[in-house]
Amino acid sequence: MFHRFLSIIRRQRTSPRWQKQCLARSSASAAEAHSVALPAQAQVVICGGGIVGTSVAYHLSRMGWKDIILLEQGRLAAGSTRFCAGILSTARHLTIEQKMADYSNKLYQQLEQETGIQTGYVRTGSVFLAQTQDRLISLKRINSRLNVIGIPSEIISPKKVAELHPFLNMHDLVGAMHVPEDAVVSSADVALALASAASQNGVQIYDRTSVLHVMVKKGQVTGVETDKGQIECQYFVNCAGQWAYELGLSNEEPVSIPLHACEHFYLLTRPLETPLQNNTPTVVDPDGRIYIRNWQGGILSGGFEKNPKPIFTEGKNQLEIQNLQEDWDHFEPLLSSLLRRMPELETLEIMKLVNCPETFTPDMRCIMGESPVVSGYFVLAGMNSAGLSFGGGAGKYLAEWIVHGYPSENVWELDLKRFGALQSSRTFLRHRVMEVMPLIYDLKVPRWDFQTGRQLRTSPLYDRLDAQGARWMEKHGFERPKYFVPPDKDLLALEQSKTFYKPDWFDIVESEVKCCKEAVCVIDMSSFTKFEITSTGDQALEVLQFLFSNDLDVPVGHIVHTGMLNEAGGYENDCSIARLSKRSFFMISPTDQQVHCWAWLKKHMPEDSNLVLEDVTWKYTALNLIGPRAVDVLSELSYAPMTADHFPTLFCKEMSVGYANGIRVMSMTHTGEPGFMLYIPIEYALHVYNEVMNVGQKYGIRNAGYYALRSLRIEKFFAFWGQDLNMLTTPLECGRESRVKLEKGMDFMGRDALLQQKQNGVYKRFTMFILEDHDTDLDLWPWWGEPIYRNGRYVGQTTSSAYSYTLERHVCLGFVHNFSEDTGEEQVVTVDFVNRGEYEIDIAGYRFQAKAKLYPVASLFTHKRRKDDVELSDLHGK
Amino acid sequence: MSISALLSMGRCCCRCCCPRGLWMLSAPRCDDRRMCVCPGPRRIGIPVRSSSLPLFSDAMPAPTQLFFPLVRNCELSRIYGTACYCHHKHLCCSSPYLSQSRLRYTPHPAYATFCRPKESWWQYTQGRRYASTPQKFYLTPPQVNSILKANEYSFKVPEFDGKNVSSILGFDSNQLPANAPIEDRRSAATCLQTRGMLLGVFDGHAGCACSQAVSERLFYYIAVSLLPHETLLEIENAVESGRALLPILQWHKHPNDYFSKEASKLYFNSLRTYWQELIDLNTGESTDIDVKEALINAFKRLDNDISLEAQVGDPNSFLNYLVLRVAFSGATACVAHVDGVDLHVANTGDSRAMLGVQEEDGSWSAVTLSNDHNAQNEREVERLKLEHPKSEAKSVVKQDRLLGLLMPFRAFGDVKFKWSIDLQKRVIESGPDQLNDNEYTKFIPPNYHTPPYLTAEPEVTYHRLRPQDKFLVLATDGLWETMHRHDVVKIVGEYLTGMHHQQPIAVGGYKVTLGQMHGLLTERRAKMSSVFEDQNAATHLIRHAVGNNEFGAVDHERLSKMLSLPEELARMYRDDITIIVVQFNSHVVGAYQNQE
Repeated sequence: MFHRFLSIIRRQRTSPRWQKQCLARSSASAAEAHSVALPAQAQVVICGGGIVGTSVAYHLSRMGWKDIILLEQGRLAAGSTRFCAGILSTARHLTIEQKMADYSNKLYQQLEQETGIQTGYVRTGSVFLAQTQDRLISLKRINSRLNVIGIPSEIISPKKVAELHPFLNMHDLVGAMHVPEDAVVSSADVALALASAASQNGVQIYDRTSVLHVMVKKGQVTGVETDKGQIECQYFVNCAGQWAYELGLSNEEPVSIPLHACEHFYLLTRPLETPLQNNTPTVVDPDGRIYIRNWQGGILSGGFEKNPKPIFTEGKNQLEIQNLQEDWDHFEPLLSSLLRRMPELETLEIMKLVNCPETFTPDMRCIMGESPVVSGYFVLAGMNSAGLSFGGGAGKYLAEWIVHGYPSENVWELDLKRFGALQSSRTFLRHRVMEVMPLIYDLKVPRWDFQTGRQLRTSPLYDRLDAQGARWMEKHGFERPKYFVPPDKDLLALEQSKTFYKPDWFDIVESEVKCCKEAVCVIDMSSFTKFEITSTGDQALEVLQFLFSNDLDVPVGHIVHTGMLNEAGGYENDCSIARLSKRSFFMISPTDQQVHCWAWLKKHMPEDSNLVLEDVTWKYTALNLIGPRAVDVLSELSYAPMTADHFPTLFCKEMSVGYANGIRVMSMTHTGEPGFMLYIPIEYALHVYNEVMNVGQKYGIRNAGYYALRSLRIEKFFAFWGQDLNMLTTPLECGRESRVKLEKGMDFMGRDALLQQKQNGVYKRFTMFILEDHDTDLDLWPWWGEPIYRNGRYVGQTTSSAYSYTLERHVCLGFVHNFSEDTGEEQVVTVDFVNRGEYEIDIAGYRFQAKAKLYPVASLFTHKRRKDDVELSDLHGK
Repeated sequence: MSISALLSMGRCCCRCCCPRGLWMLSAPRCDDRRMCVCPGPRRIGIPVRSSSLPLFSDAMPAPTQLFFPLVRNCELSRIYGTACYCHHKHLCCSSPYLSQSRLRYTPHPAYATFCRPKESWWQYTQGRRYASTPQKFYLTPPQVNSILKANEYSFKVPEFDGKNVSSILGFDSNQLPANAPIEDRRSAATCLQTRGMLLGVFDGHAGCACSQAVSERLFYYIAVSLLPHETLLEIENAVESGRALLPILQWHKHPNDYFSKEASKLYFNSLRTYWQELIDLNTGESTDIDVKEALINAFKRLDNDISLEAQVGDPNSFLNYLVLRVAFSGATACVAHVDGVDLHVANTGDSRAMLGVQEEDGSWSAVTLSNDHNAQNEREVERLKLEHPKSEAKSVVKQDRLLGLLMPFRAFGDVKFKWSIDLQKRVIESGPDQLNDNEYTKFIPPNYHTPPYLTAEPEVTYHRLRPQDKFLVLATDGLWETMHRHDVVKIVGEYLTGMHHQQPIAVGGYKVTLGQMHGLLTERRAKMSSVFEDQNAATHLIRHAVGNNEFGAVDHERLSKMLSLPEELARMYRDDITIIVVQFNSHVVGAYQNQE
């Protein structure tokens, strides 16, 4: 077998210019066609012999796993990998993506040495051009984040750009970013090198073998059915690229992997008269939507056009594959853009326009991780045209995940479980990727919302709220109001409101926040994930006590904030649990936890028919009544005393509101403000909403949206799972010791880790920063991911930020680390360490002084209004 | 008031210049070059005053600039109306060829009041001279589009189970008015009790009353004629017992295509009488219904009903006046009935049905499916001469018109050419005052000896659809007189198939530089954009019909001028245009063929 594999490699190596070979459509030798019997079993079966699949195989084998089979339907590295433009770029928007690309870069660089296979690796560096000031800001943000993780890069002037590249027209540029360590490499050769190294480590590779479907028994992978027979296995890794979606659906128990291919074009030219140096940097002109790299003395240039052509919507279609033709008319805007950027290339002769479909995902992030429905089924696909850049790093994380059960970095942003079946409609994917592909080069501004694939999940109040001026955002397919535009207010058009500075809704959200503080607001929060756990005996309590860190054995009617921790003490979920009765619990989690939390609970709950877990998200509409007058509204509607004596905070009661009975009322608001959450069976939603609005009128009630909620919770230092908290954050690191009952009388998941951490101290600390010298009107706004500097040294990044209308300052939340000055190793972060620093937050290269706080500003929690504060304007309706 | 110039374009669309080019000959010479808006040939000239404000002739003052988007805005049209009206006097009224319509008559002003009463532009503009500085007409592309697309309508045959089983994919229709109001009408409907779809264009003259009535009623008559005996019985029983009626037609209407509410009851009663007669005639033995016969019967019956309703009158004075207007105005009709591969075209008058056929090499050819009923059709002239005594041989067709007056030789309505003189006089005398005061209606055609001279009986052609038959164009003469049928078929054919997609560029083994490729692509895109502007084949055709230059490409300047003509002038350069483009489903047609 190994010999046969080497022959593949040998054949590839005889022609180092892989592109030429692909043009010639080198037909595989007939000798390859003879079938070899597959092994009957293996520990891991990887499907896909592209750069991703080979990288996973490589890393698994390096971690000591030997019993691995890699299957490829055609030939190794012959899919998108073969046609890849070969640009390795570390300038990414997410830190995790930057890290993956950085790792890949280092991996590929030494690969030739390790395997002896030429990979064509050349460190060329890359230049990102900015035609507008906004673009430059975007580049500066990336630049400051690259620097802090150790990737050199700098912002340079247009003049300097001209020095880096001979043909660049720089007259319309305002600046650029230079990343000197970026590289170009032949991706097919990298894949072959990885395969070769893996094979040397014992991985068996079979090409021309298609996976038909994966065999599953009791939610566990048992084997793989191929066109050459069955293989029993424990783990299956789907690295099938653009066919991953189809493959996922082919199971008896379908695994939803939302991705979709689009045609992607790039141009190859013949060499210039004086051939371009092979270390000429790669140029990316996002405003012109193109990239340009040197290629065999000529250039290779492609781009991400505004009007992508989705392909293979109906699955693998031979007709479409054959018809993958050059479409020059489609390429025209990109060609114009290229000639505008490099006018001297007019006389350069065309060699070919290559059409290579690329795969995109609904949120422009790749997909990795274990399926929520089939354990042992792993996925790594949907690279959004960055397969080469991410392949190495992503393969490493996935290998760690398979071997250790979790990767060494937080990869929630890339986790397959952020999606559910609801994102797997072909129509949705087709429409969404048409928006995603242009987005790769679009300006990414704070608070961007997708425009396609919307209005999928809505609350019953959607139309009512929409008619009142609601502007919507989407989370996990659910429409949520951002804010409400008053009738007389004129907001900027969507395109114009793209800004890194103060947004146009600032005043609107201010009035909503003010209303929450002084009167009462209602926010539709129906998107929250809601589960009910019931049992006939004490099983529900037992399992919850084991899975959650706080003590859930509380009197009926009490609500407990608690974390669902993993073995390492990190947050798998952060939720509120109400004890409805002795044997039933109501669990509220963030919206995007619907799939992940369900999978986690299912995985850890004992098989017991008397223990029932039910997803009741769709059954309830949630209204959040925030504000000091919420109590008045509710007591008027229910004829029940709602004062703190009768209804203390964190309390849950079923009561009637208006005509509707059985409304679950909880005294909490997720913001730290006084008020109530109403969980309303959906058929009563409109009635209760109408009643609340009618009665609330005299208390100045108004609608509010998530932006107001966000401002309120961040100024009170409330962390949100998915944004601030993740699987690598423990309660002790974010000041939530009170939500952990280490001595609740029984063991729970993560307890040991927490005990140890309590003893050893924490290595990072969730901190609140109040920006001091930041001018809200004139300065760039923080978003998230901004580097934090302590005494001039980098200590971490922010995770979320908001403007606090009460403090009249920007508030950023983030983690403070303590990197050793000599080794860079992480050290214990003490309260003293945090308190004794001078802090700065870096927003796109500008540093703003910040005051660090480990506890929320106390004055924000005093709700009592002093009598002499009352003024006439309080009598106006809000 | 002096008119300075009217430079005519080479091709004049209006019928009044029977000797074509008369306009050019009789147009006064341009005596002030500066005042000529467009001195070149083949352009539309705009009449301007030479007397006042020559300095402003080149620069359009800002306030008037604002008017241009609103060409139909009365302000502007009035201003231009002034010029136009004088122009009429000068050229039309004093010339031997009086009328600009297909129906010629004297005296002219009476016609005007009959068709559309209006105030005197002359008086009105006396006090508004300040606004009438010479102007250039330019519409922006979006303005042109909004005019062209105002009446467009598209219908796609709904798909069942992902498959369209109908031989029709759908149709696009549109109309561009020249008359105000437009006298053309269009209809489209699916027969619900029988299979098949009906599509028709109707060109009215002497007002729009008749074409409106025919567009509302004719399809019901056809549908009823096609119904089997049992269905007719069932419907009649339902009416009798007050049960819910079976729906007969599913209309596909543009919002501007209205139906008269007031006459609905009257029309229904006439229709019911018709089907009652059909029931009585047919004892239910023969079940085969001949489409051709049904079409002819329906046409004749409707015309008969129109005539009868006018003779009988109606106690309601509004309705009474309406039925008279319908009867005294006229309309031609060109109707297609498509059922599977069976295509019938029934034509009365000079609208035309044209089949677009794609040859194996991809080129387009036109197959005419109807004959014009006018003086250009020798068979028609022959027919007329045969139907009347030899003594009338010279007068029955005179100057290419029926009795020297009417362009089409077959039409609905037009009772002036159908009723005896006695009947006409009796009806007019007993009719309402408006009718009695009207010079036109009182006027009896000359040499009117042996009525009827006119019939609504259609000529029906049958065509069995083949897979290469891609589409059918139904259009009123407004289109056919500006464009050759081959051009029509080519433009629609290329539009529907998206020619540019068929021939992608491939570099192949040629030496092409980036610059050359870029030039080529830019050119292709410019060409394509005119296609992409239209989502409707009929709109695309109108764009070409009105805006084509001598090279067969759409010239925006020309288009903009043609569309910004004030309504008084528009009719002189073009007629109402109404187009329906029906697209056939070659797969289904092919499947039919294979079955047999």
